[in-house]
Amino acid sequence: MKKIEAIIKPFKLEEVKDALSELGIEGMTVSEVKGFGRQKGHTEIYRGSEYTVDFLPKIKLEVVLPDSRLETAIEAIVKAAKTGKIGDGKIFVSNVEDAVRIRTEEKGDTAV
Amino acid sequence: MKKLVLLFGLAAAFAACSFAANAEVSTNAPAAVLAAAAPAAPALKDPSVEQRLADLEAYVNNGARSSVADTNVSSKVSGSGPGHNSFQMVCAALVLFMTLPGLALFYGGLVRKKNVLSVLAQCFGIAGLVTILWWLCGYSLAFHSGGGILGSLDWSFLKGVTSDPNTDYSAWVSHNVFSMYQLMFAIITPALIIGAIAERMKFSAILLFITLWMFVVYFPLAHMVWGVDGMMNGVWNADAKIKAIDFAGGTVVHMSSGWSALILCLILGKRMGFGKEPMPPHSMVLCMVGTGMLWVGWYGFNAGSAVAADGIAANAFTTTTIATAVASFVWPMAEYIVRGKPSVLGFCSGAVAGLVVITPACGFVDVSGSVIIGICAGLVPFFFVTKVKGWIGYDDALDTFGVHAVGGTMGALLTGFLATSSVNGNLALIKDATSANPATKNGLAALVANGGLWMEQAKAIGVTLLLAVIGTVVIAYIVKFTIGLRPTEDNESLGLDLAEHGEEGYND
Repeated sequence: MKKIEAIIKPFKLEEVKDALSELGIEGMTVSEVKGFGRQKGHTEIYRGSEYTVDFLPKIKLEVVLPDSRLETAIEAIVKAAKTGKIGDGKIFVSNVEDAVRIRTEEKGDTAV
Repeated sequence: MKKLVLLFGLAAAFAACSFAANAEVSTNAPAAVLAAAAPAAPALKDPSVEQRLADLEAYVNNGARSSVADTNVSSKVSGSGPGHNSFQMVCAALVLFMTLPGLALFYGGLVRKKNVLSVLAQCFGIAGLVTILWWLCGYSLAFHSGGGILGSLDWSFLKGVTSDPNTDYSAWVSHNVFSMYQLMFAIITPALIIGAIAERMKFSAILLFITLWMFVVYFPLAHMVWGVDGMMNGVWNADAKIKAIDFAGGTVVHMSSGWSALILCLILGKRMGFGKEPMPPHSMVLCMVGTGMLWVGWYGFNAGSAVAADGIAANAFTTTTIATAVASFVWPMAEYIVRGKPSVLGFCSGAVAGLVVITPACGFVDVSGSVIIGICAGLVPFFFVTKVKGWIGYDDALDTFGVHAVGGTMGALLTGFLATSSVNGNLALIKDATSANPATKNGLAALVANGGLWMEQAKAIGVTLLLAVIGTVVIAYIVKFTIGLRPTEDNESLGLDLAEHGEEGYND
């Protein structure tokens, strides 16, 4: 089992979700996060006060899935989230030891 | 805090003593009234048909009844006039609306999330506190005749302030309505100071500061400029030493609060982390909503200052609209040119600056004058809050100084150049000595007609500035060395909402 953590632009969330649904991926967790990478922040000016905002709003999407579906899922996320400009985000993949579906107590691949 | 409670205890004791003193007076009063009224009562004749007609005309024209000139005659239209009175009550409510919630939201939106309630509490607290002071003796000190600087205590506890008009201020508006209308000005003026010291002053210190400030700065200034025998009341006091004019409060409201705000924020010091951590407005939406309410409420402030639904009020309404609209457009356009982006805070700041600058002028200038005022209001305060403030480096958190002191001072001066008797007959030079108005008698009308009024305006500006600055320095140090001005560092970083009021503005 693998976990995909994708940091994407907030307005790309719907497209990414649809792309993953088409692959039959049935669940995901989404959070609103802030961060920065190579994309610069922006400047806000309120009368005489100027503030540089380094942390930009992003969406973090987490999906856990069987090893066999990993590559197609990554391809789908990249395709849907790409604009070609700095700030499109990143995808991190890690191993997951186990999973449990609380309602049925199923374990492993069948639980995700 | 215990000291503060003690202070209020003392105030209550003072009030009780005054009550007792008044009770003595009032036991004597009916006898005195009877003695005076008994011989006079039978002498009052019924008015002639001409006089009755003249009284009705006086109502329509907002003039005095026949019985004022001929004291032997009664009037068939006694009491207040319904039209003028209803106009004044609506205007009073509009001016209160400027503070609650207009100014509270305008300022509340501009502070950080953790301090939003502290601003609302300060505005609300001032509304209640000042009303009590007004009832106690504030109205009497400001508006009863007395001397050139301060009134007397004869209207303490609003005694004798009834629904009948007081002809010193209006022939047709109830005296109690006039008093409540003026109260709303007395509420918003100290509330404006909050902007400069937002996010870093103890609630108890604010209450004590404002209480003292009302007695030292506001009541005397209101009396000097608007009191019937005030030394700077050029329009209505034939013996005015300084023949200045201030229609709705450029000196009394905006200069006094703005300059006091600067001094208080310098003595108070900067917010923790000022210049190091970002302190952006937590809600520009609330700020814009509050600004809209201020603009609407300001019609009560400016047009209502005519104290009648007459042509002068109509002119004030019009000039207020034009100047505000122009300034609300010029400020963000200046941003557009200088920075490439017109901001919502720019629109809001321009509107408030326009309202401030037109305030002393609105009943004295024509439409062309109001356009000039609007342009100046859009540019000069903009320059102050974006450039000068940065050069000097004081922490006027919400720009009370840059907008209200700079705007109020400029408005008072511009009124000196742009005032014209063509829109306000009270400034007209009247040749016939028997019907001459106070402005003719004290020389104001000649200054308006021939130029030179700006010198009188400059003198009024000087007096206001000195009173506000010296008064604030003294009061601020008194508060600093008794109960202290600032919250603890922990409380300031926690936010005043939780630390001082035990609640939060936003619970998810």
